[in-house]
This record gives sequence, structure tokens and C-alpha cells, in this order.
Amino acid sequence: MKELLVLSGKGGTGKTSITASFAVLNQDAMLVDCDVDASDLHLLLSPETREKNDFISGVTARVRPDDCTACGTCVDICHYDAISTSEDGIAHVEPFTCEGCAVCAHFCPENAIDLEPDHCGYWYVSDTDYGPMVHARLIPGEENSGKLVALVKKEARERAEKLSKDIILVDGPPGIGCPVIASVSGADMILVVTEPTQSGLHDLERVLGLCRHFKIPACVCINKWELNKRLSEEVEKACERLQVPVVGKIPFDETVVESLVQGIPVVKYKDCSASKSIANIWSAIQKMLNQEEQK
Amino acid sequence: MKIAVASGKGGTGKTTVSVSLALSSSKPVTFVDCDVEEPNAHIFFQPEMSGSETFYLTVPRVVEDRCTYCGKCRDICQFNAITVFGKTIMAFQDMCHSCGGCFLVCEEHALEEARREIGRIEWGYSRDIKVFQASLRVGEAMSSPLIKAVKKKAGNDQLVIYDAPPGTSCPVINTVRDADYVILVTEPTPFGLHDLKLAAEVMKELGLSFGVIINKAGIGFDKVNAWCSENQVTLLAEIPFRKDVAEAYARGIPVIDVISGLKDRFGKLLKELEK
Repeated sequence: MKELLVLSGKGGTGKTSITASFAVLNQDAMLVDCDVDASDLHLLLSPETREKNDFISGVTARVRPDDCTACGTCVDICHYDAISTSEDGIAHVEPFTCEGCAVCAHFCPENAIDLEPDHCGYWYVSDTDYGPMVHARLIPGEENSGKLVALVKKEARERAEKLSKDIILVDGPPGIGCPVIASVSGADMILVVTEPTQSGLHDLERVLGLCRHFKIPACVCINKWELNKRLSEEVEKACERLQVPVVGKIPFDETVVESLVQGIPVVKYKDCSASKSIANIWSAIQKMLNQEEQK
Repeated sequence: MKIAVASGKGGTGKTTVSVSLALSSSKPVTFVDCDVEEPNAHIFFQPEMSGSETFYLTVPRVVEDRCTYCGKCRDICQFNAITVFGKTIMAFQDMCHSCGGCFLVCEEHALEEARREIGRIEWGYSRDIKVFQASLRVGEAMSSPLIKAVKKKAGNDQLVIYDAPPGTSCPVINTVRDADYVILVTEPTPFGLHDLKLAAEVMKELGLSFGVIINKAGIGFDKVNAWCSENQVTLLAEIPFRKDVAEAYARGIPVIDVISGLKDRFGKLLKELEK
């Protein structure tokens, strides 16, 4: 079983459209959406949810005002400036700033601080026309997105093994921080979707740095490549320098915009030029994954 | 006045909007690129950097010959950054959130302060705009402390603009929370609308006033406009979807240099927001 992760560094380059298209082309993959902040894969794959689970992780401190003696210990000890006091000196924890380190509760001389478990979100197991899908939703503003990503990946992997799936397709989050690092863990290959813009090029180099840091083979595809041919060439040169193969280039195609507006994976529009490119990229990746296996 | 430019979905045009706002201001402006994972505003500003510093978090290092393996440091750590079993103790500095708890509970002074590099902060000028940015060290997971640090470094000004990272979780919260106003940038697609709703939810939770700018307007999905009017959310502006805009963006040219009248529009918007 192989796991392909789709990343981009920069947001909005086409990760989800491409992952959804691979799902359609494969027909029988285990599908995972690791963008738990702003998950969108379900908008293209219309899953039917079979299981909904709570995600509870970490704690938030809460002062019981009646027991607080306004000594100020917690205010001084909190490294996150999450505790303030009212006029009478009674402490109050700002939940959005609290990291749940529990240090205030430990050192409160009156034991007036409770640690309450955080309900950070939900995770789902669903059916799509193209295979089962594990996805999640972080409650907006909550923490622990990395842990939710790790959980989603673990659940997907266990289910994929039971179902003897050959491939797990993972739609990743943007950036290179916590949720991305959690997504990278366990991946066999990373496809980085980039675009021929200065921002795209800058972010591509950083995300490829991340792949190298975690020693996971990467490949690149350039979306909307003829938007700026000179920058596309620069992307290709950067990839050559970093010894990362470019597996394909997708043309700027009005059909892609149309498919997004309609909420349909673009490869469903069989004759458009973007679909053909995506299908070629998918074949190239399958080949590379097989070669990795033979190594 | 502090304005944060955010969005749930990535790639909708946060940097396009925030850079344009800064360039349209008639007042002194400080620009802070808070997308420390993928900072991009410098591409449009081409600032001349005048200073930089590395940002570290304080993390524990074990002094083995003082340790009695009592396990108190392990027990207080909520982030599993310290393990103690038998006569072995290990501190995983990468997992540490720098809460300081372990130092406080250790009676033997068996933990000393070490530091972990989180990233670099840089600052300089682009014409008369003060530009601050930070970039997360590749392989580092925690971006929030760096966001707080670059904002602190930037300080206050008559107008401060924060360019936020995408998403709806801690890095976004840490960017927007002290803002006087938040501009949510979206695109007219089902993705854009879905993620706009999530971002709007965060702003409501935080009690922040916000309005919406639709980028790539006119591609055939009008439900974002409808959602704004149904929910009494102010639609501040629309930036049309044009290939020349996309091409200019690719080369690092701000949209206000391409669409005539947009600079005035943004200048007016800033004045309205100040009221």
C-alpha cells in the first residue's frame, strides 16, 4: 500500500482539484483530507457520512472566581499572557490564548483553576463514488490541528489496510507548519502543486526543503503553466537544481474554473486539455510509486 | 488602527489586497507579513532590509548528574516533551511549547535553559512603508510564537496592516486578535464560500468586526454576494477576474498598478474604515 500526499506550500494552487481528479481516475483509493482548517475535498466528492466522531484534545484552564484570592501567581507564571485580572484582582483565562500547559493550575495555591478538556472538532468516515474517505473539521479557532491530522491519517491507514487498498490519496494543508508536518509523516511520495508566479516559486522551494528535511521523495506539477512561461521555466530549473522531477504541466483552462463553480472534479470533463494533463500526471505518479516499491 | 487581512482558503488574494491597501494609504503605514510559513509580500514590496534577528524559544536540556529521575517534569509537561523511565530521562526539544513548567517543578536544578530556533524576523523599508516579515525554519512546526514575535517587533503605527496566513486555527487567531478590523478575502467559488463561512465564524467568536472583499469576481458563482447580503456582512469591494491581473501577479506586480481606479477605491476604503 502506498500513500501519496498532495502539498503546495502556497494556498490555492490546485491541490484539492488535483486530488479529487486522482480519486476519480483511480476509482478505488482510500481518500483523506488533511486540510482540517478549511477542508474542501468534500465539496468535490459529495461524500455520504457514515460515522461522525468528536475530536477532544488538550485542555483549557478556567479559574473558579469564587475560589480565587487574587494572589496573581497564575498571571506571573503564564508564558502566553493568557491570564488577566479584573479590577478586584480576580484572574480570568482568555481561552483563545491559553495553550493548555496546565502550569497555572499546578501552581495555584488555592487550587482554584480547573483544566477542561477541549472539544476541538469532528472527524468523519464517509463513502464517496470513488472510495471511502476520512476527513475532519476543526472547530474554527481551535488548536491542535496537527493532532487532528495525525488522527485522521491513522484512522485512514487502518481502514485502508483492512480493505486491502493499494493507495491512500491525501489532500494536504497549505504552508509548511504543524498540520503539514503531521501530514508528511508516513507518506511514500509527495506531489507538490505549484503555479508559475513569484509567490509560487518562493513557496515551492520551501516546501521542497521540507520534503528533503523529512527524506520523502517529491515530484512537482505546474498548474496554469502558460500563465507565465518564463516563470514556468524557472520552476523547472529550480526543480532540476533540487533534483526533483517535474511530472507534468497543466494548462490554464476555463473548464477548470467551470468545474470549481459546479463542484465537479475537473477530469469528469473528459475532453478538456486540463483533464488530459492531469491523467498523464496520474500515470506518471503511478509509475514512480511502483518504482519506489521495487527499490 | 490595525487592519488584518485574512481568509479561510489559501490563494484567494490576501497578499494582493493587503499590499494594495498599504500602497494606497496616505498615512504612515507598517506592514507585517504574518504568513510566516510562506511569506510572500516581500515579492511585491521588494523592501530594502535593514535589520534581522533569529527568534528562539527556551526549551529544557537535562543535566544528568543532577537528575534524581523523580518524574515531576514529565508529569507537568502537557506536550509529551519529557520522558522519564527508570534511570533514563529524555527531553524532546522539538515537542516543547516553552511553557516553563518543567523548570519550575525541578527541585534539583537538573534542567537548564537551551534554545530552539523557530525562525528569522527581518525588517526594512519599501519606499516609505515599513515592512516586517518572518520566516519559519523549515522543519519547525510551531508558527504561532513567531507570529507573536514579529508583531511585537513591528509595534504600532498610525496604520498597521497584518497579512494573515490561510486557515482558521491558531496562526490566524494570533494574527487577527488585536486587530481593529478584519478584511476577509474570498473568491466566488463553492470553496471560497465554504471557507469564508468558517473564517467569519472565527471573527464572530473573537468579537471582531469584519467585511469581505471578493477577488476574481465575475467567474460565474454569485452565492458569495448572496451570502453577504443575507448575513448583513459588508461587501467592501470586488476585484474582477482578469487574465492581465493574474499575469501581473505572477511577475510580482501589485494589482493597483494594473486596474485603474483601484488605488483610489482602496484609499477611500481605508478612510471609511478609520471612521
